[in-house]
Amino acid sequence: MTESTGGIDMDEDSSGTVKKFAFVNRKAPYGTIYALESLEVVLISAAFDQDVSLVFADDGVYELKKGQATKAVGMKNFSPTYRALEGYDIEKLFVEKESMEARGLTVDDLVVPVEVLTSEEMATLLDEQDVVLSF
Amino acid sequence: MLHIVNKSPSERNTLDSCLRMAKKGSTILLIEDGVYGATKGGVAENKLKAAMADVKVYALWPDLEARGMQDSVIDGIEQVDYNGFVDLVVADKNVQSWL
Repeated sequence: MTESTGGIDMDEDSSGTVKKFAFVNRKAPYGTIYALESLEVVLISAAFDQDVSLVFADDGVYELKKGQATKAVGMKNFSPTYRALEGYDIEKLFVEKESMEARGLTVDDLVVPVEVLTSEEMATLLDEQDVVLSF
Repeated sequence: MLHIVNKSPSERNTLDSCLRMAKKGSTILLIEDGVYGATKGGVAENKLKAAMADVKVYALWPDLEARGMQDSVIDGIEQVDYNGFVDLVVADKNVQSWL
């Protein structure tokens, strides 16, 4: 069954079932709070042993850009956290190819290893999810 | 006149509006997510380069550095810090922020 945002089933018989969760990140870091908030929820979700995928599309690809140095703007650089996700068994990170290329970026520009998917492949991945959370 | 753009050109059209309505000889300052417009390979690269024949473009380097884009700035764009930002504001008689 596919549910849209907010369809997290917390009733009793859901304990022990594993659902496919996708977090869709489409915003650049720092300009808005979305990227950081997404990361917070992803880390929370890790505690529930679910099948979690992270999707980066549009300006969300910028979240993974190497070389972020936030000292001068006085904000927290949260980009190293993406590298720590592996330790929480969150290992499925997907980047939309079209978004990455439109920004002049390659996988070598990113802080973590990712799987690059075409728009078409991304469409399939999203369609397969039980829950999609958008940021 | 100083024009300030703070939104990513791949998410919003404020840089386009700014370039369309900025008079020759104006100054454009890219800040916050607007600095993505100053980067090579980004969606705004070509139109910004074309506009640079008529306007002077600056980018705030603390915002470039925060986003890891400090090494991909388009040639000819001058980088300023917060003091430089203030200097640009006082140098012109008016300011338009393309929010």
